[in-house]
Amino acid sequence: MATKSTGGIEKTKSTEVKKKLNVLIVDDDPSIRRIHEMIIKTIGGISQTAKNGEEAVILHLGGASFDLILMDKEMPERDGVSTTKKLREMKVTSMIVGVTSLAGQEEERKAFMEAGLNHCLEKPLTKDKILPLIRNLLGA
Amino acid sequence: MVLFVCFEQLSPIFLYNSVSWSTLAMNTTVVAQLQRQFQDYIVSLYQQGFLDSQFSELRKLQDEGSPDFVSEVVSLFFDDCSKLINTMSRSLEQPDNVDFKQLDSGVHQLKGSSSSVGARRVKNVCISFKECCDVQNREGCLRCLQQVDYEYKMLKTKLQDLFNLEQQILQAGGTIPQVDIN
Repeated sequence: MATKSTGGIEKTKSTEVKKKLNVLIVDDDPSIRRIHEMIIKTIGGISQTAKNGEEAVILHLGGASFDLILMDKEMPERDGVSTTKKLREMKVTSMIVGVTSLAGQEEERKAFMEAGLNHCLEKPLTKDKILPLIRNLLGA
Repeated sequence: MVLFVCFEQLSPIFLYNSVSWSTLAMNTTVVAQLQRQFQDYIVSLYQQGFLDSQFSELRKLQDEGSPDFVSEVVSLFFDDCSKLINTMSRSLEQPDNVDFKQLDSGVHQLKGSSSSVGARRVKNVCISFKECCDVQNREGCLRCLQQVDYEYKMLKTKLQDLFNLEQQILQAGGTIPQVDIN
C-alpha cells in the first residue's frame, strides 16, 4: 500500500492513517541522546530531544505532545523526578519511562517511580529493553 | 592476415580484461586481509576489556542512512569525558575544600555515558571512583581520576585505529564485517 510521510503521520491510500511513534528524549548527555534517537529511528519512530527537564517542560508548555518520553534522572536545571512531577501536574498523559543507572539504589528508584513514571529502565538502553513497552503502547 | 588484424584489434581488450581481472583479484585479497585485520582487532578490544556488548549494540544500530553513527557517538562521548575530567580535576584541587557532591555527580554522569557506549574499562574505574567519593577519600579520588583519564585516552586511540581500518576497507571497495562478540 503506497504511503506518504507527513511529519509524524503516514497517510495511506486508504482512509486509514498510520501514526508514527512520537518520542521525547530528555537527557543531559549528548552521546546518550544520540543513541536513544537512533534506537527510536530504527524502530520506526520519530524523536525530539531536550537537554534537561526544564527544556522538556517548556516544550510541553508550547503545546508539544508525545506518545513516549524517555526521562533521565540526574540533569542540571531540572532533574527527572521534578520534571516527571511537573508534567503530570500539567496533565501530560504520555508514557514516561525513566532511563537511569540506579542499580542497587532502590529508594531512589522508588522515588523516581512515585514521581509519575510508567516504567523505569536501567541504562544502557537497548532496542530489546524498549520494544516490549512500545508494543504495549501501540497496542493500547 | 585478417585473423592477425582481428587479433591486433582484440588484444588490447583481451589485455585490458586480463589486467582488470588481476587487479580485481589483488583487490579482493587486500579487502579480505583488511577485513581479517579488522575482525582480529575488534575481538582483541573486547578480550582486553576495552569494550563490552553495548558497543556491539551500537554497531547494530548503524545503517546506510547513518554510516558514521558509531564514530559520531564515541566522539560525543570523548568530548564529554574531557569536559567532565576537567571539572572533576578542579573539584579535587583544594585538599580542604573538595566538593564531593559535585564530584559524585560527575562520576555518575561519566559512568552512565561510558556504559551507554560500551566503554567497559572507563565504566569500571567509575565504579571505584564512586566508592572513593562515597567515603570522601580525596587521594583515592585523585588516583581514580588519573586512571579514568588514562583509560579514556587509551580507548580513544584504539577506536581511532579501528575506524581507520574501516575506512581502508571501504576505500578498497569492501564492506565492514559484522563481528558477533556475544
